[in-house]
Order: sequence, then C-alpha cells, then structure tokens
Amino acid sequence: MTPVLSVHGLEKRFGAVVAADALSLDISAGQKVSLIGANGAGKTTFVNMVTGYLKPDSGTIALDGVDIVRRSPRNVARLGISRSFQIPQLFIGLTAAENLAVAISGAQSHALSLHAPAEAHGRRDKALELLGRFGLADLADRPISELAGGVRKLIDIAMALVRRPKLLLLDEPTSGVSAEEKFATMDRVIHAVAPDAATIVFIEHDMEIVSRYADRVLAFYQGRILADGSPRDVLKDPEVRRYVTGGAP
Amino acid sequence: MGHRRLHPLVMILLVALATLCGRALPTWTLSLATVAASNALIALGIVILARTGNVSFGQGLFFAAGGYGVALVANAWGITDAVTQMIIGAVCGGLLGLVIGPLIARYSGIFFGMLTLALSMVFYGALVKTTALGGSDGFNVGRPSLFGMVFTDPRAADFMLYAVSVVTTGLAGIAATILFRSELGLASLAVRENNLRVEYLGMSANRIITINFAIAATFAGAAGAFALMAQRHIDPQFAYWTTSGEFVFVAVLAGYQSVAAVFVASLALELVRSFSNLYLPNTWQLVLGVFLLGVILFLPRGIGSLWVRGRHKRIEPAAAAVATQREAAQ
Repeated sequence: MTPVLSVHGLEKRFGAVVAADALSLDISAGQKVSLIGANGAGKTTFVNMVTGYLKPDSGTIALDGVDIVRRSPRNVARLGISRSFQIPQLFIGLTAAENLAVAISGAQSHALSLHAPAEAHGRRDKALELLGRFGLADLADRPISELAGGVRKLIDIAMALVRRPKLLLLDEPTSGVSAEEKFATMDRVIHAVAPDAATIVFIEHDMEIVSRYADRVLAFYQGRILADGSPRDVLKDPEVRRYVTGGAP
Repeated sequence: MGHRRLHPLVMILLVALATLCGRALPTWTLSLATVAASNALIALGIVILARTGNVSFGQGLFFAAGGYGVALVANAWGITDAVTQMIIGAVCGGLLGLVIGPLIARYSGIFFGMLTLALSMVFYGALVKTTALGGSDGFNVGRPSLFGMVFTDPRAADFMLYAVSVVTTGLAGIAATILFRSELGLASLAVRENNLRVEYLGMSANRIITINFAIAATFAGAAGAFALMAQRHIDPQFAYWTTSGEFVFVAVLAGYQSVAAVFVASLALELVRSFSNLYLPNTWQLVLGVFLLGVILFLPRGIGSLWVRGRHKRIEPAAAAVATQREAAQ
C-alpha cells in the first residue's frame, strides 16, 4: 500500500546549522504520529518543508505517490495536506465564524464569488458545525482578538480541517494550555478531527500527551531521526532519554 | 457584524434621489458635485484595494489611461455618447489594471505604493514626450451627448454630466457594498490580516489582490472619462503624482469602513477647496491641510467612523499579522 506521506533523503541547511540530515520516513494512512525533539532539532523545519513553505536542498517528498517537493503551500493544501501552527495563524480582526468562512471559501472548487455573501447559510452552518465540534459554537460571532490563546489554537485547527485533509499536521496543539486542561484539550482535538483527518502528525513536547495519543513516535535530533517506533519503545530508548526527553517518563 | 445594512433597492432609490436633486442645485454646485462624484469613484477603488492591505499612490495612471483612451476613440470615431465614453474609460483602466496587477501583487506595503507611483510617473513622462498626443499641452475633445441627445444649453449639459457621474458612482458604490460582503470581500480582509494563512488555506493572495486592483483600475478609468467630459480637454497632468495624491487624500478622509463615507469625504473636500479658494485665495492650501489634520486627529478612522462603530477591530493595522507571519516563518 502506498504510504500517505513518503520522504526520502531530505536535506536542509541554514548556513552551518543542519535542520534536516538525510531524513527518510513513510507515514501510513490512519497513523497518529508524534514528532518529538528539543528546540532546533528540525521538527518545524520538517513540517515547513512538507507543507511547501521551505524548499529542501535535496530529497523527495511525496503525498500519495505524487511529488510535492517544489509545490507552494497553496498547491500542497489543495493536494490534501493541512496544518495548524504553534502560534495560531488567524485573521484576528474577523470573527471566529468569519475565519472559518474564509477557510470554507478557500476549500471550494470554484473561484471566489464577487457577489455571493461570504456567510451564506451553507457556509455559516458548516462554520458553526466545525466550531461546535470543538465546543466553540457560542463564540462564533466574537472577534478573534477577544478570544483566549487556547481557543485560538482550537480555531486554528478547525480551519485546517475544512479541506478534509489526507494528512493533518499539528504544531504543538497543547502548548499554552494548562496542565489540568491538556488532556481534555487533546481529547477534544482528537475527537473533533477524527471525522475529517484520518492521518495526523503532531509536534509535541509533553511526553504524557505523546504516550497517550500517538501510536508512533519520531524522535528528532540535529536534523535526523534518532528513533522511530511505538511510544513505549522510543521513550525508553537511551539515546532519546539522553538527547530528547532528558529522562522524562 | 451588528450594524444596519441598507437594502440594495434602498440604495438605488437614494442614488435616484441624489440624481434628481441635481435639478434644484445651482450650476456651480453641479460642476462641483460632478467632480466630487468622479473623485469618489477613484477613491472607492482605493478603498476596495486598501481592504487587501495595499494602497495605490498611482491611480492617476488608470485615470489618465481612461481619459486618453476615451479622447482618442472619441476623436477617431466620433463617439460622443457619455455612457459609451464612460464604459470605454472603464475598459481602458481595467485592462491596464489586469496587465499590471499580477506583476505588482507580489509586493506589499510601501513597495506596492511606490511601484504604483513610479508606474504612473513613467506614464506621465511618456505622455509629455509623445507629441502625437499633444505632449504636455494635451488635446481637446468635443462636447459629450447622451443617447443621441445633444446638449447645447450649458446648464442642461452640466446636469447631464452630473446625472451620469452620480448614477455611475452610485451604482459602483452599491456594487462595492455587495463586494465587501462577498466571499472575495472577506478573503480580501483575510489577505490584509495574514496573507500567509490565506495561502495555507489553498487560496492565492496575489490573485485576490489582482482582482481588487483591477476593480480599482476600472473605477479610475471611468472617472478619467468623466474628468475628460467635464473639461473637454486632456493632458498629462491626469497621470501626475499630485493628481494621484488627491485621490488618496479622499480615501484617507473617508476611511474604509463605509462606502457612503467615500462620497461624503469627496464632497466635503470639494466644498472646503472651493470655499477656501473663494474666500482665502492665497492660503487655501493651508485651509485644506488644516482640514485634513483635523480629520486625522479627531476621526483617525475617517469620516465613516462617525456612523460605523463597533467594527474597528476588524481593521486593526496589520502589525499583529506581521508578527504572526514572523512566527510562522520560524
């Protein structure tokens, strides 16, 4: 079976810094993969290359067997890879529903209409349905600028879901969320994305979240993959404990 | 969202009312209102473009393209109909906007503004050097007609031009309100706030900017046709930077929260200019400057903020968007 994402020999350098060092990996449909690693290990660079924001120096990236290595973020999104951001990338002057409406307009097959209302009933209903999955329907008409960071994070993820992506990349979905709320937030995210995104890759620093929600872990260190396997195996790996988790359970 | 919106039919009635009011206005006011309507049309285009976060300092380029296009066609084929001339002007401006738009949409902020200014000045320089178009003196065109009717009475001719310009600008205003509420209108605001996220959602920010740019150019071209009809003369001054600056002046006065504000701002500017010119002929520019300063100080979001409230958050400067883009790039 063709993997959803297939990466081979990916290299990226920023001067003397090696952000990706001959990275090769396959991700199969339905997996929930967690990327772990210290700051600067190359996780976000990897996500940026997969989504077309950064071009690798060499190597290949294929989505369902289709080469995407030189494509723009716009084309990559159209092919089926969506992402959320460590710092939510929202339109802060617009309301939550309007943010979703922009995403819904972008996901349709025809060109943007110059006369059809942006929040016509179909789009508004879809926006409310998506917000409802995250328990945010009552905030639909609030401007993003008035919403808390955790809520913004969920709306950011909701926007990434609009295209029903083949692969969803989440950059630290629980960062900024309190320790008491992190499992509830992650439960909500996993539950909300389940109908639209079967394959999920998420960057995470919290090993409890990784252990509980990932079925595969990739540990990054200095631009290469230090360990690849189940959470139990990877988190027990001596090198991972030494260079990545610092002995965290 | 929660402010009242006029139904398009009500807007059409208001435009019809404004047109009929022209019958009661003194002749000098008719000319002033025609100029105000024409300037409002271009400023409306600037406001439409500004919703993507970009300001054009060179709308004189399309203003001149519309004017020269109409003048050449009128002299070559004897087309004098005001509506046809307006359409020709709009097409000339719009086509030029479609050519330039995709090239210029790659730039943003001050680079975008300065490029538009540079292009308009290149066009100005070319017009000055083109003797076939009258060089710096320009050339004259005949009196406009309307649907075969020729207006020899100056008052009737002024009213005809007033009516055509007010109806055109009014309809453009109605179209703009529909556009602002449309998918493209919302996506334009999104581009203004965070064009990187727009790309990640699968849309082309450049295409959205280009469409808005072409609409602004179309409006400027039509306004160029009106200016030509009013003056019956065209020269390179149409493309000069001070002409473009005046249109930006109207847009700044209006703010970009309300289409109606553009018309009010344009009329207010013409009134202040006319009266200060009349009563303070040596210092009228000073009065104009003080007027603009007053608006910026007391109505920093433009005249439109007098009646549109509660939406200020959606037009916050893009500083936050810039910050978030920086984060995304890390």
